[in-house]
This record gives sequence, structure tokens and C-alpha cells, in this order.
Amino acid sequence: MHKEFLMGNEAIALGALAAGVNLVAGYPGTPSTEVLETIAKRNPGNVYVEWSINEKAGMEVAAGAAYTGARALVTMKQVGLNVASDPLMSLEYIGVKGGMVVLVADDPGPISSQTEQDTRTFGMFSKVPVFDPASVAEAYEMIQEAFEFSSKYKTPVFFRATTRVDHGYEAVEVKDPEEYYVNSYEGFVKDPSRWVIFPRLSVKNHALIEKRNAELKDVFSSYPRNQIVAEPGTAAKPEGAQAQRACRIGIATQGVNFMYTLDSLRGRNVRVLRVATPFPFPEKLALEFMEGLDEVLCIEELDPVIERALTYVCGKYGLSVKIRGKLTGDIPLSGENSMEIVDKAITAFTGEQGERPEQMPDALPQPPALPVRPPVLCAGCPHRASFYAVKCAMKGLKTIYCGDIGCYTLGNAAPLDMCDTCLCMGAGIGIAQGVMHMEPDTKCFAFVGDSTFFASGITGTVNAFYNQADMTLVVLDNSTTAMTGHQPHPGTGRTVMGQAVEKVSIERVLRAIGLTVVETVDPLDHKLSVETVKRVAAEPGVKAIIFRSPCIAVTKPKGRSGVDAAKCIACGKCIRELGCPAIILDSDGKKAKIDTSLCTGCTLCEQICPVKAISGGAKNDTAAGTDPGKGGCHV
Amino acid sequence: MCKNDLNKSIILCGVGGQGTILASRLIATAAMDKDIPIRTAETIGMAQRGGSVFSHLRLGEGTNSPLMGKGEADLIIGFEPGETVRQLPFLKKGGAVVVSSRPVMPVSAMIGKASYDAAQMIEYLKANVTRLTIVDADRAAADLGSAKTLNVVLLGAALRSGELGLDEADLENAIREKVPEKFLELNKKALAWSR
Repeated sequence: MHKEFLMGNEAIALGALAAGVNLVAGYPGTPSTEVLETIAKRNPGNVYVEWSINEKAGMEVAAGAAYTGARALVTMKQVGLNVASDPLMSLEYIGVKGGMVVLVADDPGPISSQTEQDTRTFGMFSKVPVFDPASVAEAYEMIQEAFEFSSKYKTPVFFRATTRVDHGYEAVEVKDPEEYYVNSYEGFVKDPSRWVIFPRLSVKNHALIEKRNAELKDVFSSYPRNQIVAEPGTAAKPEGAQAQRACRIGIATQGVNFMYTLDSLRGRNVRVLRVATPFPFPEKLALEFMEGLDEVLCIEELDPVIERALTYVCGKYGLSVKIRGKLTGDIPLSGENSMEIVDKAITAFTGEQGERPEQMPDALPQPPALPVRPPVLCAGCPHRASFYAVKCAMKGLKTIYCGDIGCYTLGNAAPLDMCDTCLCMGAGIGIAQGVMHMEPDTKCFAFVGDSTFFASGITGTVNAFYNQADMTLVVLDNSTTAMTGHQPHPGTGRTVMGQAVEKVSIERVLRAIGLTVVETVDPLDHKLSVETVKRVAAEPGVKAIIFRSPCIAVTKPKGRSGVDAAKCIACGKCIRELGCPAIILDSDGKKAKIDTSLCTGCTLCEQICPVKAISGGAKNDTAAGTDPGKGGCHV
Repeated sequence: MCKNDLNKSIILCGVGGQGTILASRLIATAAMDKDIPIRTAETIGMAQRGGSVFSHLRLGEGTNSPLMGKGEADLIIGFEPGETVRQLPFLKKGGAVVVSSRPVMPVSAMIGKASYDAAQMIEYLKANVTRLTIVDADRAAADLGSAKTLNVVLLGAALRSGELGLDEADLENAIREKVPEKFLELNKKALAWSR
């Protein structure tokens, strides 16, 4: 054993390695990405790791491995689970032979996601048991227990953590590689009555799953991470009316909210139930917890899962305990909880003020207007140039720009304003078609990144071609999965295990579908890009432009631009039209100036300056070799 | 100081790309080397693209949550004036603030969609924080010949506020562990700059 300062996702990865995981697959997505990256980095050499092209592919690869008796882990963010839900829903009916953990990172807030969906609810829907860790150190232990559990009951299990656990850091005692469990496996054994899903098998297994999950309620009631803490009256004899109330109330909580609750209680003596396995719900433990209570406050994020479960338990056993939480307006229905929210709710619930620190806010006057800092495309980002080229080419025409998921969603911000819709991975291509069928006079564009194209853009493109759509597909190919921290994908020609492999060519995929107009252009060549867009968009049917220029985080700048103050006429065009963070106002407040610490020398501003006052940049023309996990920031 | 008694809540804040995460990592490494329990929570993700970022650090055994509540921070290390004002409600009464004087202008202000006056932010901090250290980031960069050491310059000033719970040798060791050797001397100078 040794101690390491680990991110929650790193702890989960090391825990999976310690549990003898044999295969890991996944698709990047915040806040889940670092789990698979850490497995790849810390691989003792005998674990197969892949970035799958999407979560469905990853789920199926992991299932196949688990069919052989191997231990498999598949990683994704919560919306990725929607993509993988088809195989998972059926897989639960088939079960696994080895162990299989489905790691899903939920994102209360949401901080970087489209939805605030709750994988605990998905557990109930899919009948898959759920583990919900509360801290980084616990996550390390719990993922090992999840594997044990999965192997024992032959079912996939969810390991769902939320952002504060995934992206929190803590010093954790971890095993040395020699101490890792070794999972040797038998291999796949043919047995159609087990592995081939037919209605007859489904109905039989459905009954078995329900029976097992009913048993698991008891099993989980004695799982030590489901626990009752802070028994009222044990620390100090209660006195007075409020103290009497403290004996009759309890708090039920989960995940990082358990930590918020412990810190917020501060001397307030309330019985606490921590639920580590929200499904199947540990009913017996909940009954023990509610013994003698009048009221329970449920403190949780996302769905009111514990609240509903306790309400059900009360109904089932005829208890007259009032269950409060999100559904009763005591806890916010949406958004991430904070210490303030939890403390306020506990104060209202207990009627007792905790020992809070003396706060500044009461004394603080209203501050001056704070700067608004929405995330923006990086200085020199080739997406800016691509959007700007399309914008210039289509000026004055009726257009719709359907965006997608990735850095390029940030094209929605002023001054580009080039993302009219964004729904989910790959959706922009379908949405452009729907709009086009209803509004034939609109020039319909769908922007999709290279990784997103492989993940879920191809089916939409086939659909468009087959169903005679009239639209322009714009593939923004920056040769990486930039948003999540530069993972490789089929177009990059390398795998997460470090192999050099044949690249999948986006051009050839599009031509194979049947598109005849497929043009590739460097977006940093502004004039050529505008001409290309004008020409291609005028063609009938489905046509494609591939804007190819590497992400600035995976290349080194060759030069930096600078403004010749004598030539600059202070027209403001570069600032107003591009919104590049590297172009700032000079100290006179009128002329443009380049922040050389940010500039990558992309030359876009040089090309649009009406008086050629900017020079010195030198754009990159080749995609540099990149290492996974190196350079750039994790998103 | 007995390590078991040490309980510090620290916030680092700034704009994505300023080096708050490395600074947070240096404090954590120094704490871990001294066997002080440490937990952090920070902004990782989309917001990093030029957005407001923060790290919450909890040193010691006194707390469970990685995030702190308002009025709980012993120390705020601000990499940017406006971002420091944004986090000020988290400061404990009597807590210390170390702030860089140099603003990072948001794109929204550049294209005229919003205004931002950093001098007002500094004035606000002066009016509301008694234990305030303003670090002249431009002068530090000029003296050290690099703007990239701002995070370590701020850590040095934080040391001298007395609220970091660590000493200079601890941080020097952490720098040695986390920063490439060729930058060691520069970072040591940066750490000592505010002395």
C-alpha cells in the first residue's frame, strides 16, 4: 500500500485495476473522462483499454468481455448512458459471467452537460443495482466492492459518482500493483439458452431479476456503507422542546451531500441515514432509521430518489413518518447543492441554528458589476475561422446553423453567433434536415466535430442522403477530441494504447455514403474558405465541407501576430467580428493590440484587417503528433 | 504547529489558464508531504475556456466536505481582481486575501457587451478586507522576467499572510516534486519575491 493524492476519477481507475479489471472501454465526457485515461496511464500491461467510438459501442465491447468471465469496466457521462441504454437494458436480462461495472458520471448543476438526469433513476428503470460513492477515498474502495458484487450476482452494476467526487482530490491509500487481484477467466462458453435473448428467455429472466433485486434490498441493508450515523441523544442528553424534536427527526442523504450534511450539522444532533446503494433500496435499514421518527428530510441532488423510496417504505409498512425533500419544496428541485443550501435546509428543518462561522456577506456592501466570463473559443481556435468563413459566405441569406456537442458549441457566443441549435451528440445533422423539409427556402447547415462525426454523425448523414435532404454538412476536423482533453478517435490514426493504426477518412466515409460534393479546406485560409462555402452550399442535395486544421492545444505556434500601431486605424473590425481573446484594446482604448501570451499566430485577424496592420503570425498546416492526456485542458 | 491541530480552508480563484490548478496542487503536495489530510474541489471542464475558475482546499481533519460554505475561508488567493471579489463572500471574518493586481479582460468587455473596471475591484477589496495583500503582478513579472510564475509569486505572498498553514520549505519541496527542474530556480525566486 502507498498513499497518493488522487482525483476521484483516478481513484476509481486505480480501484478498478486493484479489482483485476481485464478490459476497459468508454467514450470521453465530463466528468468521467479521467477514469479511462488513468487506466491507460497506469495499466500494469495486461488490461485491454479502448476509447470506443461511442458509449453504445463501449457498452457492447464491455459486455462481450464480461461474457467470457473477464472483469470489464465501461465509462461514460450521464448523457452517454442514453446512447448506451439499448444494449444495457437488454444486457440486464442476459447478465454477465465475469464482472461488469458501468461507470456513469452524473453532473448536478449541470456544470458541463445538457441534462440533470439521475443515473440512480436509470438504475430503477433498467433494474441494474447502483453504487453511489460519497468521497474520493471511498470511491477507491467502493469500485472494488462493486466488482465483487457484480461477479457474485452475475449482473452489470452502476457505479455512479457526481462531479464533486469525480473531480475532487484527496490523499488515498492505494494498493501496489503486486497487490492487485488477478481475475483469470474461463472464456466464452456456447449456450444459446443463456446468451441469445428471445422473448421466452426474457420473461423467465425478468422474474429472476425481480426476485434477486428483492433479495438485494436485504443484502444492501447490511452493506456497511449504507449506514445510520449520529444517533440523537448519544452525545448529550436532550433538553427543552427543540432537543425533544431532535430526537424525532432524521436526515437521509447520499453522495457528497452526506459530507455537506455532516459539516452543516455542527452540534445539531440529528440521526442521519446515508444511502450508498439507492437501488435496490435498503428497506430494512431505512425502517430501522425511521424507528421513532416523526419527520425525515432527504438531502440529495438530481432526482428525489431517496425521498420517493422512503415515502414508499412508509406507505408499505404503514408508518406515519413525514418524508420531506425536493417534492415538498425543502430542497431545490434542480441544480447542484452547496453548503449554504444544505445548511439552510437543516436549519429550517430542525428549527435550530448550527454553529456557523461568523459570515462576511452580511457586512459586505454590493460589489461593483463583476465581469461576465462565459467560456469562449481559445485564441487561434480553427473553429472560429470556420464559423467566420461560413458567416461571411452566407451573409444576407436565410440560414440555420445547427450546432452540436464539442468545443464548437461555443460558436454560439457573440460576436460569431453561429450556433442556432444544439441538442445532443450528432443531433444537429437530423435537426437541419427537419428544418429543411419544413422550410425549403432556408440554407440549412449542420456543424459537427470530427469525434462527434464518428460517434453519431454518420447515421444522420446516411439518413439525409437517402431521404433527399438539401443541406450542407460542415465537419470541423481539428484532429482530436478537444473538449474533453484530447482523446484519440478513428480519424487520428492512434489508439489510447499507443498503437499507430490506419486513419478512418471522413472524406471517404462521406463519399461511400454517396455524397459527390465533399471539399476539404483549411479554415485559416479565409478567402479560400469563403469561396468554398459559397460554391458548395449552392450545390443541390447533401454536400459536405471538411474544415481541417489542428486544435491549438495539440500544435506549437510558429509565430505570433502583432499590430503595427502606426497602421491601425482603430476601426475595431478584428475585435468586433472575431471575438478572439488574444485581441485586446491598446492602452489608448481604441487601437487593437495582441496579447502575445495567448496569440497562436493563426493569422485570421491579419487576413481580415482592412489596412493590413497586423502581421507576424504563421499558421500551422499539419496536425502534430499528439499524446493522449498531454496539452490542453480537460473539459 | 502541530499537524493535528491544523485546519485551514483556502480558496484559489482566477480565470481559466492562469495556473490556479498547479498552485492548488503545490499546496496539496506540501500538505500531503506533512501528512496533513487534504481535500480539494475545483473547476474542471468547459468553464476553463476563459471562464471563472476556483479551487477549494480543505487542510486538516476538521471537515468532511471538499466544498466550503460562505464565511469559511481562512485565505483567498486571487489571481484576478474581479474573480477575487466574486469569491469574497466565502472569506471568514478576519480572513486574509492575497490578490494579483492584473485584470484579465473578458471578451464580452472587449466587444463592448459588458464593462469591467478592475481598479474598482481593488478599491472594493481595500474597503472590505483588513488583511489584504496586493501583489503587483506586472512588477513581479518584470523582476522575474516571466509572467508565468504569477501563481508561485501569489503562493509566496500567501505564505507570508500566515494563513496557509505551511512554510516556505514545504512549498519549495512541493515545487521540486511538481515542476520541471529547469524552472526550479525561477520558481524559488518567485516564491521569495514578495519577501
